[in-house]
Amino acid sequence: MNEITNTRMNPGIDPSLSIWNWEIPIYLFLGGIVAGMMIISGYFLFKGRTKDVECSCFLVPFISFILLSFGMLALFLDLEHKAYVWRVYTTFKIKSPMSWGSWILILIYPILILNILIRIPDFLSKKLKFLKSISLKINSHPTAIKNIGLVSMIFGALLGIYTGVLLSSLGARPLWNNSTLWILFLLSGLSSAAAFVHLIAKSKYESHLLAKADNVFLSLELIVLVLFLIGLLTSTQVHISAAEFLISGNYAPLFWVFVIGLGIIIPLIIQLYAVNNKIKHQPVAPIMVIIGGLILRFVIVNAGQASHWFNAGMLK
Amino acid sequence: MARFGMVIDTKKCVGCMDCVVACKTENNVPEGFNRDWIVQDARGSFPTVNLEIRSERCNHCDNPPCVYCCPTGASHIHNLGGVVLVDHELCIGCKACIASCPYDARFVHPEGYVDKCTFCIHRVEEGLDPACVSVCPTYCMYFGDLEDPNSEVNKLLNSRKHHAVLPEAGTKPQIFYLE
Amino acid sequence: MDNISRRKFLKISATTISAAATLGAVGKITADVNKISGNTTKGLRKIPTFCDICFWKCGVIAYVKDGKLWKLEGNPLDPLSRGRLCPRGTGGVGSHYDPDRLKSPLIRKNNRGKEEWVAVTWDEAFDYIAQKMQDIKSKYGAESIAMFSHGIGGNFLKHTLKAFGTNNFAAPSFAQCRGPRDVGFKLTFGEDVSSPERTDIKNSKCLVLIGYHLGENMHNSQVQEFSEAIKKGASIIVVDPRFSIAASKAKYYLPIKPGTDLALILAWMNVIVNENLYDREYIEKYGFGFEQFKAEISNYTPEWAYPETGIEPDLIRNTAYEMAKYKPATLVHPGRHVTWYGDDTQRSRAIALLNALLGSWGRKGGFYTPVSMDLPDYPYPSYPKPTKPKVDNPDLKYPFAIETVTNGIREATISGNPYPVKGWFVYATNLIHALPNEDETIRAIQNLDLLVVIDVIPSEIAGWADVVLPESIYLERYDDLNVEWFREPFISLRQPVVDSPNDQKPNWWIAKKLAEKLELSEFYPWENIEDYLEYRLSAGGYDFEELKKTGIIKGSPQPIYFETGVPIEFPTPSGKIEFYSLQLAKAGFDPVPKYKKPEEGPPGYFRLLYGRAPVHSFSRTQTNRILMDMYNENEVWINKFIADRLGLKSGDYVKLKNQDGVVSNKIKVKATERIRPDCVYIVHGFGHNSKMLKFAYKKGASDSQLIKRYVIDPLMGGTGMNVNFVTIEMEV
Ligand SMILES: Nc1nc2c(c(=O)[nH]1)N[C@H]1C(S)=C(S)[C@@H](COP(=O)(O)OP(=O)(O)OC[C@H]3O[C@@H](n4cnc5c(=O)[nH]c(N)nc54)[C@H](O)[C@@H]3O)O[C@H]1N2
Ligand SMILES: Nc1nc2c(c(=O)[nH]1)N[C@H]1C(S)=C(S)[C@@H](COP(=O)(O)OP(=O)(O)OC[C@H]3O[C@@H](n4cnc5c(=O)[nH]c(N)nc54)[C@H](O)[C@@H]3O)O[C@H]1N2
Ligand code: SF4
Ligand code: SF4
Ligand code: SF4
Ligand code: SF4
Ligand code: SF4
Ligand SMILES: [Mo]
Repeated sequence: MNEITNTRMNPGIDPSLSIWNWEIPIYLFLGGIVAGMMIISGYFLFKGRTKDVECSCFLVPFISFILLSFGMLALFLDLEHKAYVWRVYTTFKIKSPMSWGSWILILIYPILILNILIRIPDFLSKKLKFLKSISLKINSHPTAIKNIGLVSMIFGALLGIYTGVLLSSLGARPLWNNSTLWILFLLSGLSSAAAFVHLIAKSKYESHLLAKADNVFLSLELIVLVLFLIGLLTSTQVHISAAEFLISGNYAPLFWVFVIGLGIIIPLIIQLYAVNNKIKHQPVAPIMVIIGGLILRFVIVNAGQASHWFNAGMLK
Repeated sequence: MARFGMVIDTKKCVGCMDCVVACKTENNVPEGFNRDWIVQDARGSFPTVNLEIRSERCNHCDNPPCVYCCPTGASHIHNLGGVVLVDHELCIGCKACIASCPYDARFVHPEGYVDKCTFCIHRVEEGLDPACVSVCPTYCMYFGDLEDPNSEVNKLLNSRKHHAVLPEAGTKPQIFYLE
Repeated sequence: MDNISRRKFLKISATTISAAATLGAVGKITADVNKISGNTTKGLRKIPTFCDICFWKCGVIAYVKDGKLWKLEGNPLDPLSRGRLCPRGTGGVGSHYDPDRLKSPLIRKNNRGKEEWVAVTWDEAFDYIAQKMQDIKSKYGAESIAMFSHGIGGNFLKHTLKAFGTNNFAAPSFAQCRGPRDVGFKLTFGEDVSSPERTDIKNSKCLVLIGYHLGENMHNSQVQEFSEAIKKGASIIVVDPRFSIAASKAKYYLPIKPGTDLALILAWMNVIVNENLYDREYIEKYGFGFEQFKAEISNYTPEWAYPETGIEPDLIRNTAYEMAKYKPATLVHPGRHVTWYGDDTQRSRAIALLNALLGSWGRKGGFYTPVSMDLPDYPYPSYPKPTKPKVDNPDLKYPFAIETVTNGIREATISGNPYPVKGWFVYATNLIHALPNEDETIRAIQNLDLLVVIDVIPSEIAGWADVVLPESIYLERYDDLNVEWFREPFISLRQPVVDSPNDQKPNWWIAKKLAEKLELSEFYPWENIEDYLEYRLSAGGYDFEELKKTGIIKGSPQPIYFETGVPIEFPTPSGKIEFYSLQLAKAGFDPVPKYKKPEEGPPGYFRLLYGRAPVHSFSRTQTNRILMDMYNENEVWINKFIADRLGLKSGDYVKLKNQDGVVSNKIKVKATERIRPDCVYIVHGFGHNSKMLKFAYKKGASDSQLIKRYVIDPLMGGTGMNVNFVTIEMEV
């Protein structure tokens, strides 16, 4: 028998950690999807395929801009000492993913803006005439567009990776403390982004192309998820206990049904049929992927907070 | 350089929480929050029980993830004794440090910044022991320089069996419990 | 900052603290005040006083910053606290800031117990009380007014009531607490153990604690000495049905069946006597009736005690050997709250006899002889002579009661015998929680013409009062001087540290004003309590101004052990240690304690045990926000195996129902390996039902409410309270 009592009862800490509510998963999700979108649009810009995939190249950056801003807003809402937020930008802490993230976010905005400037949406160009001239200038340098694509891909990848590293660097939470988390979040961001383009692209070609890409991302994501769990299950008791949260614990229903089932496998099957022209493309599949991606963030953030060194049955 | 740490004799500690009460009044810790706390760890079955009582707080780790993860430098290592502190004016309340601490030693102060045990550095700098140490009615807490071979803490560590809490988390905690 | 100076700071610390306390100001060693602390010495005042969260009276240094109470530390000059308070003392700050405090005098508006009040001025309150008192006096005589009080604060009111003509004063500290112990020891050694206990814990080499749960019971000096004994490697033996904190420090833990301690003690004595392990020389010199005693205990072998106590014969033998090995520095602690089963005086006497066998009375590591300062009383006029004897103990029904029996007064108030009691003054004792069987207390109250309660919070007893008078808390007032009997002689001063927040007044003022209303002004020749204190101190040759600065005046050390020159006297009838008590025989009691089996509970019931939480005092700290932050509701300890069987786990809520159908408030389960399966345990003082105690209301369950039955100790009137049984009702 092992009986532990602890007199500490700090709000948000006890009985189990709950410092991060909806804001952080939303932020991680939006950050992830924007990362995916940047990689996708960046790739096509870099490849010079702007004509084939107009939505990806010109609408997506604009949507990214909006989604990222919502993400930043969520992040800001989560801060407890809001008036001091500017302190993040008075320093750079090389060991702090949070610091990296803050600076990456700051750099991503100009990249997105450049991207948007390549082809300015009508409503903006009507109001802000001077933008037109900037746009013209960019378009007169094809290598500039290529470079914007490259930078967009790089920073998209950084952003996607960072959302995972943010959690995996927190060694105190065994569920997060896993070297596959960044790949998982990157792939999930990509699959959600691809699903999103697949959903909204007007061109059949583009939609179809992105569905194909999405299938690749989803398959990889599934593999990484399995590796993620195997990694935990073959580690120490604390990590095994953490994995059990997802596999058989409180978060298992959400995890199996919404993340794995409805979020990956079923849309993957639907989209496999669709890309092989067995059925028509269904909007339901990409919607499921996007919701699955969102729930993945919630499950990982919440279960991660609940997972603890003391959960291993040795102490708490 | 000095390296401050605590040594707590679990043989003498009775779990009375005087250390917790003293911290509250000394540091104006708000109602409902604790910088230190008591863990009672009972093993065995009646009547053969072994009970270890620990007065716990931030371990002022030598390898403090809470400092590393902080984006603003609010969490920092003080220039005296390796004490880990939070500068309230720099803290944005992102809570990364809270998530990073395996001991759950930190909390969000109602005023928005993150707070935790300071090793009562304001007292230590005046030549006093931390409040919790100085009130303990069983004299079971010792505070001092772990790098000074002649300090009482070191003598105790050299002469008695001891352990830290959760050393496997790898943060190099600086509070030791005598068995 | 370089490391040499740093190290110096740490070294200096200890000396700084004591010097600071003496001088009243810390000389700052470094100018570098850390910005995090916000702690500057500007506007900081340090005022010595003494604590009143319990009755140990530890010396305190109060820190007042910018006129506001900041923190409380121990006064290093004080022999009781030695510069360190217990958690309750440190948390005393919360009593000053308690938002639920009484704020002005109240007069009842409706039926008793309805808790509906009109706020009145002090003058109106005194008029009302004085009128009622005169009515009672003219109808029944002044003796028909009784006073219950606890603590030094009651002294002045007692003085007023003595001047009025009554002699009925009682405190729960006798019949509900240490009475049986003091009587048992007095019957044996001619002297009692008193408070603070004369136990030399710090020097004892073998310490035996029988249900004395040090570490949870936080009587400060005792806990400090306990830790010192642990440090010195004393062999500790703990007897308790519950694996207490003290048990966790023990070399031997004896998980005794509740109520069978006397069997164990008799068996120990049997081993020590039969195997000639006792202090022969000591007993030959000082013992009386040893041979008869020896014959009486000859049958109480460990094998006999085993089925009674559940303690293996070998364990009984080994612990007896352990005690004998370290004698006379073996201390079998007499405990304090010993009103358990109604045979408590005899059990305490057995403990006294065991100590006598070990030769520990008067010896280092056993019981020292306390000393005190000489300080004359204030020369008041003599009190009127009461015309009737005290009401609590008619015809010496409790022949060995050495103090007034609270429940005796209660009984007389109900029955009107030997004469009616019509007025109660209740000062700083929450009788609803302190006395067993609250129905009887309420029945007695319903017979009263006047119930005045002087309290600091709206306690349950205040809820029944006709008049409630709000007192300033201890940090806001002067009190009488504490001239303590302890290891060394000293006087300590309680003085105001901060102002009362509202219209609260100190007890001396209340007592004096009431006396004036009763036209007893000649009993208060002094204007202000400072005059009184000044007078007493200068009469003793001490300086009041000096005492205000230091809080403590010490006398020169005196011998406290037989071996260092204390005169060896035993003020018993025989002048010796009475192994065989003729007084008891004459009064029809066992001259040598005899074991009686405790009564068992109904099947499916658990014996209800109770005790202390280190951060609370009785029922008086559950509105103190700081202390409630430490522990804000009590839990019922249930053996893990039993809990599993009942399908309960820690954190579940249940209700307790006693053998008479009384149901408690809901209470949290603590399923634990730290208690026997035949009993449950809760911390005393919780489960407040006074609605005015907003914060404490219904937090946890009250042991007092469940203690419907009690067994009166026929020797001295104490109420054995561990005789109730409960079942566990699932909370829906
Ligand atoms: N069921 C049960 N009964 C018990 C005990 C038990 O463990 N369980 N313990 C017994 C023992 S050992 C003892 S010593 C007694 C203790 O019995 P009491 O001394 O009566 O203890 P409390 O219940 O705390 O009541 C104290 C009252 O004094 C009030 N008070 C506090 N400070 C002041 C002050 O400065 N001025 C005034 N005027 N009032 C103040 C408090 O608000 C409270 O109402 O109880 C005994 N009764
Ligand atoms: N924190 C704190 N400390 C206090 C007080 C307080 O209110 N709070 N009050 C002070 C006062 S006035 C007093 S009188 C003391 C009271 O404190 P003590 O005299 O130490 O204790 P009790 O309340 O009599 O006993 C409680 C212990 O006895 C055990 N016990 C119960 N039944 C039996 C039995 O049949 N046999 C044996 N061997 N053990 C048994 C219980 O499990 C528990 O551990 O505490 C003092 N110290
Ligand atoms: S004050 Fe001392 S004895 Fe009490 S709990 Fe804290 S460390 Fe233990
Ligand atoms: S205990 Fe936690 S808060 Fe303290 S230094 Fe270590 S990681 Fe940081
Ligand atoms: S909450 Fe404050 S101290 Fe903690 S990591 Fe964020 S900024 Fe740093
Ligand atoms: S060192 Fe100071 S801040 Fe830390 S727990 Fe002790 S009293 Fe509190
Ligand atoms: S033992 Fe604690 S509560 Fe009692 S007087 Fe001393 S410090 Fe105050
Ligand atoms: Mo007591």
